[in-house]
Amino acid sequence: MAEKTIAGTQVKVTEDGYLEDMTQWNEEIAREIAKEIGIELTDKHFEVINYLREKTFAKEALTIRSVGKSGIVDIKQLYALFPKGPLKFSSKIAGIPKPTSCI
Amino acid sequence: MKNLVILGAGTAGTMMLNKLNKELDKNEWKITIVDQHKTHYYQPGFLFIPFGIYKKHDVIKPKYDFFPAGVDVIFSPIDKILGEENKVYLEGGQVLNYDFLIIATGTQTYPSLTPGLKDKLWYKDIFDFYTIEGALALHNRLKDFEGGDLVMCIPELPYKCPVAPIEFVCLAEAYFKERGIRDKVNITYVTLMSGAFTKPIASKMLGDLLEEKNIKVVPDFYLEHVDNENKKIVSYDEQEIHFDILTIVPVNMGSEMIKRSSLGDDMNYVKTNKFTLQSDQFENIFVIGDAANLPTSKAGSVAHFAGEILMENILAAMEGRPLPAKFDGHANCYIETGYGKGALIDFNYVTEPLPGTFPLPGIGPFGLLKNTKMNHYGKVLFRWIYWHILLKGKELPIEADMSMAGKKSI
Ligand SMILES: Cc1cc2nc3c(=O)[nH]c(=O)nc-3n(C[C@H](O)[C@H](O)[C@H](O)COP(=O)(O)OP(=O)(O)OC[C@H]3O[C@@H](n4cnc5c(N)ncnc54)[C@H](O)[C@@H]3O)c2cc1C
Repeated sequence: MAEKTIAGTQVKVTEDGYLEDMTQWNEEIAREIAKEIGIELTDKHFEVINYLREKTFAKEALTIRSVGKSGIVDIKQLYALFPKGPLKFSSKIAGIPKPTSCI
Repeated sequence: MKNLVILGAGTAGTMMLNKLNKELDKNEWKITIVDQHKTHYYQPGFLFIPFGIYKKHDVIKPKYDFFPAGVDVIFSPIDKILGEENKVYLEGGQVLNYDFLIIATGTQTYPSLTPGLKDKLWYKDIFDFYTIEGALALHNRLKDFEGGDLVMCIPELPYKCPVAPIEFVCLAEAYFKERGIRDKVNITYVTLMSGAFTKPIASKMLGDLLEEKNIKVVPDFYLEHVDNENKKIVSYDEQEIHFDILTIVPVNMGSEMIKRSSLGDDMNYVKTNKFTLQSDQFENIFVIGDAANLPTSKAGSVAHFAGEILMENILAAMEGRPLPAKFDGHANCYIETGYGKGALIDFNYVTEPLPGTFPLPGIGPFGLLKNTKMNHYGKVLFRWIYWHILLKGKELPIEADMSMAGKKSI
């Protein structure tokens, strides 16, 4: 665990840069994490991010498949918004824990 | 008389039937078990069928062989559970009342959920080895295979026996070498995960093992469809991989019956308390085996360890006592790695697989996360243990809770 200043705010992050506490998140932090990854956030991105945060608050597990059924984006669109890591990158930007795939 | 109903007579249901039959007072309890099929399949044996190591008769037995006298057996598809009314509806209209219910309906493969999978090439060049039909068809195809691209693809999580695809490519590698055509076959392991396996230490160990065997790993590949014309698998972000033979673990989901009963998550796995194994919705419903949405592997060994916990808890619930036992997610998987060798991993909800020996610290005989001959015998022995001890609900000399003894912390 480490402290890091993102968009002027002091936050706690994990080794791979995910926020430890999702309540420390704000839109500016999201924009800055996205920029590091190489993504410019649009309204559509924020719709997805807010959906991910709502589900995480409700303690529901997220999968690419379930986001694809959210009615906000289908899986192809999710990939287009967050290339290479649709759930990993979107989670990081949304300030929620790194998705764990349980097998 | 009170009624205990068990849904599903696979690994977990049969095991619980035998355990509870020994424990419950026959004057007080009537036990009923329901399944749609009369044949019991030893599913871990499916892995060996494509290579001719096992034949069909090695992996099947009548379910009746494992049912004790005096229990009611019903062969019928289950339509749904009505938890509020303590009733199970069978297809065809029969209704069963229960005081306690155990759900053990496992997980099934759904190839039709992936576009292009169950199409022209299905069971010609595309196979699963998670069903007896698929494993036998693949055996016929491999016999005549003279070389080309063999692709193993994992399209969705979770799926039962997470190590089976790794074992499959290891056994295939050894099989082609034995046939003298290894240099004519490219083996590729394609997965939606970020590495060969999820848990970091095991992922590295298994990734290294595959590299040693010249098996290419393609991670982060999320399958969208299969292109039958060009024999390619295509991901959502438009990566393409050519195959001559595609072996796949079709999307796994729980029974449709769970959905009809409104007891499951979006993959039809029953929402279950991961410690007590009780349904999140009804106190008199317990869940065991692949049917539960527990955050651990879907494997026979997990069902075995969970079985001891479930026994303690359901007996307590029947007597109105608080539930005493907590499951820790203990999983224990032998991994066939070819050439008569095998590895073993042992983990739970919180501890990822670590190197060491199992079950006796320092002695083993099984080396954890190591590729040894002894581990391979463990796997072969497992079939005997499965038919003679596990299904019959007898005790194995291994603790239900995972032990840190014999493991090295790293
Ligand atoms: C290729 C392969 C290799 C494997 N290797 C290993 C291994 O090495 N080690 C290990 O521990 N595990 C292994 N497994 C996993 C293991 O076989 C399963 O985890 C185990 O069988 C799960 O038991 P279960 O009782 O939950 O489900 P199952 O044994 O699948 O039983 C479910 C039962 O429910 C019945 N059913 C389902 N729905 C209905 C319905 N609606 N109406 C009526 N009946 C219904 C089915 O007919 C079935 O009999 C392997 C699996 C496969 C496929």
